[in-house]
Amino acid sequence: MNPLPFPDLMPFAPEIIMLSAATLLLMLELFVKNRTIISAICLAASMGVILILPQSQGITFNGMFINDGYSMYFKIIFIVGLVMTILISLKYIDRERPQRGEYYSLLLFATSGMMIMASSKDLVVLFLGLELMALSTYILAGIKPLNIKSNEAAIKYFMLGAFSSAFFLYGLALLYGLTGSTDIYQISERLRQTEPTLPLILSMIMIVVAFSFKIAAAPFHMWAPDVYEGSPTSVTAFMSVGPKAAGFAVIGRVFYVAFESIQSDWSIALIVIAVLTMAVGNILALCQRNIKRMLAYSSIAHAGYMLIGIIAGTSESLHSVLNYLLIYAFMNMGAFAIVILLEKGEDIEDYNGLARSHPIVAAIMLVFMFSLVGIPPTAGFVAKFNLFLAAINAGYLWLVIVAVIFSSISAFYYLRIVMNMYMRDNISETPEILLSPSLGIAIFVSLVMVVAIGIVPSLVVG
Amino acid sequence: MINQLEYPLLSALIFLPIAGAIFVALISRAKETWIKGTALFFTSLTFLLSLLLFTHFDKTTALMQFVEIGEWIPAWGVKYFLGIDGISVLFILLSTLLSILCVTISWHSIDKKVKEFYASILLIEGAMIGVFCALDLFLFYIFWEAMLIPMYLLIGVWGGPNRIYAAIKFFLYTLVGSLLMLVGIILLYLFGGRTFDVLQIMNVNYPFGLQIILFWAFFAAFAVKVPMFPVHTWLPDAHTEAPTAGSVILAGILIKMGAYGFLRFSIPILPEASVAMAPAMMVLSVIAIVYGGIICLGQTDLKRLIAYSSVSHMGFVTLGIFALNTQGVEGGILQMVNHGIVTGALFLSVGIVYDRTHTRQISDYGGLATVMPVYAAFFMVFTLASVGLPGTNGFVGEFLILLGGFTASKPLGIIAASGIIIGAAYMLMLYQKVFFLETNTKVARLKDMDSRELMTLLPLLILVIWIGVYPNVFMGFMDESVKNLLERVNNTQTLPPDLSRIIEGNK
Repeated sequence: MNPLPFPDLMPFAPEIIMLSAATLLLMLELFVKNRTIISAICLAASMGVILILPQSQGITFNGMFINDGYSMYFKIIFIVGLVMTILISLKYIDRERPQRGEYYSLLLFATSGMMIMASSKDLVVLFLGLELMALSTYILAGIKPLNIKSNEAAIKYFMLGAFSSAFFLYGLALLYGLTGSTDIYQISERLRQTEPTLPLILSMIMIVVAFSFKIAAAPFHMWAPDVYEGSPTSVTAFMSVGPKAAGFAVIGRVFYVAFESIQSDWSIALIVIAVLTMAVGNILALCQRNIKRMLAYSSIAHAGYMLIGIIAGTSESLHSVLNYLLIYAFMNMGAFAIVILLEKGEDIEDYNGLARSHPIVAAIMLVFMFSLVGIPPTAGFVAKFNLFLAAINAGYLWLVIVAVIFSSISAFYYLRIVMNMYMRDNISETPEILLSPSLGIAIFVSLVMVVAIGIVPSLVVG
Repeated sequence: MINQLEYPLLSALIFLPIAGAIFVALISRAKETWIKGTALFFTSLTFLLSLLLFTHFDKTTALMQFVEIGEWIPAWGVKYFLGIDGISVLFILLSTLLSILCVTISWHSIDKKVKEFYASILLIEGAMIGVFCALDLFLFYIFWEAMLIPMYLLIGVWGGPNRIYAAIKFFLYTLVGSLLMLVGIILLYLFGGRTFDVLQIMNVNYPFGLQIILFWAFFAAFAVKVPMFPVHTWLPDAHTEAPTAGSVILAGILIKMGAYGFLRFSIPILPEASVAMAPAMMVLSVIAIVYGGIICLGQTDLKRLIAYSSVSHMGFVTLGIFALNTQGVEGGILQMVNHGIVTGALFLSVGIVYDRTHTRQISDYGGLATVMPVYAAFFMVFTLASVGLPGTNGFVGEFLILLGGFTASKPLGIIAASGIIIGAAYMLMLYQKVFFLETNTKVARLKDMDSRELMTLLPLLILVIWIGVYPNVFMGFMDESVKNLLERVNNTQTLPPDLSRIIEGNK
């Protein structure tokens, strides 16, 4: 019998860098008091991942792990989310939480989990990545131990996350029973030879439910507003980008590959979820007084739009989802960065009169808000246009019209922030801003990207 | 397609004001005079440049002129494609002129967030010119929507007491319409061979059923902007609450974009659907004429009255356009320009007294003719132009439209003509209540117009008379383009039989 060959580690190199940096930080945080060094290590690790990514294409671990163009694009989105989070956390997290701890290494662990999810060719590996990501974010949500809302967020997130993991495992078990394999490509191969059966549909629905939890799609979104509100703002920003993108990464891989033969079935399930998600996200966002809750519902709504790209089921539409996620990462991170910038910035009333006291901050927030609505010439328009184009091309005109109507509703709540900043006056006090260099960089980078992609869409399209 | 100039004039016209906005943003907040001066400089420079269009425009061709083409988003086939013809050229001149007046009229009346105000005006100017120049649907949509942002701020930040409500209403109405148009644009793109090039799309024969769907998709955007009955309800609020400059831009240019959209996109791209829908459009137009006029009779607020009169006047414009004959369409275009001049002038005039009295209630005025004689004379001319007295520009436009409308459908023509009588009634009643009768004590000590205000109104006064007496200078621009447009429409074969009788007059 031949000894097993040592696996090719190159495709796994980005994850190795990320995981070792995370482990290193876990120990280093005991001795190094200086946050700047710690975050510099995080940034260096991210840089390393970006640099090694182009050379790390391939399949390894007996075909359980794949690093292809699809997963690489997602990894770039994860890194964008991570780097932005670190930049906006630097001062903020000290302000929020006097205790030291594993904040940064948890961020890296969560990112590693997402990267493994995007690259998994096997459902077991996928589950591994999913849990690594999920467990790290549970702790991150509750990282303010003395804050009751943060605790509530963590418990809620953990309970519902555990439910969704259980759903995923049920679905996986059924699928294994039907096909005798956990390899996504082999499952696809075997399913193609058989007629869809009830257990198969059942397993598909279980997996739909599990992933809907992860991307906070209705009716499995209930955790999102509470968790977004309770978590430290930097963690909220992180959760609204990374884990959501990771959810879409596995949705794309599992549904497009494993369930390719029953596309007509899962697209019906996803259509129901997408419409419901857009409705719930946009309508409930209208009545929020807390900006983090509003952005939570807005992120639910955006997940609804992106699901349309998944439903459309063409490579063009999948591509538009990727672009949407990247653009969403920049504009949403930018908006959260402004929330962090203000000392008191959680209530939407806090934005009253901001244009008078801090005109530049208000103008930047205005750009992010209009980008989230999808008004040209901002990146948000490019994202929506790309998505709608692909979906109409795939024959989902009516779904796009639904999305269009809901996105005009969305204008109302985004514009309320603009309205408060520009058209109302703050009688009591002038809002304080706490600008740090790293936060400034994060805001600047998001702003430049949102405007640049809006004016030169070729940066992401094609 | 031709470009008679060596340099990209249209791009210069679009980006000069935008550059001006950036300059304004960079000036220190304390130097208000510098900010105003910069805005005045850039709007004037743009206006002077736009005069080159007036002198170099070739009136003998229907081809696109001053054309610029460049790659923009190769993956989608989006081009940076600008060009103008007889339909759009006058609107660019009107935009550049009114922008200057917006700057001068706001000189003293805007005293908070001055920098943002002038930057918004300049951004709107750039986007407006862009809308009239764009020949790529994607590019057009970008300009069309981009204008919403500064316009929303203009109404919401510097407007009257109810400004926030008016601003959000304006934004949501336009956004819903625009997004439906976006869906239509995507459909045009996908069924038209994946191009956004308007000239290429015009040559695609879209199936009739699709044309009807697309017509209504574009209608959603254009009708809201015009605004046509029954989606006009944002207009009175927005026009009334906006600051003077905002009302001038809204009434002068922005609502013309809807009618322009019908002429540039709906009719040439979807000729069969336009012919089929023309009767419906004409009926809606006539309803707007009469309904808008009757509502005007009951208004007590100066700006609101003029705002509702826009609904009525724009009804004439769409009536002319959808009469789909030469007189109607040419009258429609000319009337758009006229309405921009006259209503712009009326809003500027109201702004002049509002700055002094801070009231818009008609009952607070009276006897102004003795207090402000020069002002009263100016207002008289604009009132008569709005009524459509021969010798003023309003007469030429409305006469042509009624001629065209009458040719297309006699009953509708007759009802529309009654709108002119209603128009005379409310405008003359307004003039009487404000300028004659007993002098109201509140306005007894007002100063007459100063030279800045005089210079603001004077160019419009000249235009009112000039177009009224010798319209051919302006009509000459559009002849070839309108002829070309109507040839496209009248060559259509697939008329539904039951409607053909109504539009017999076209042939």
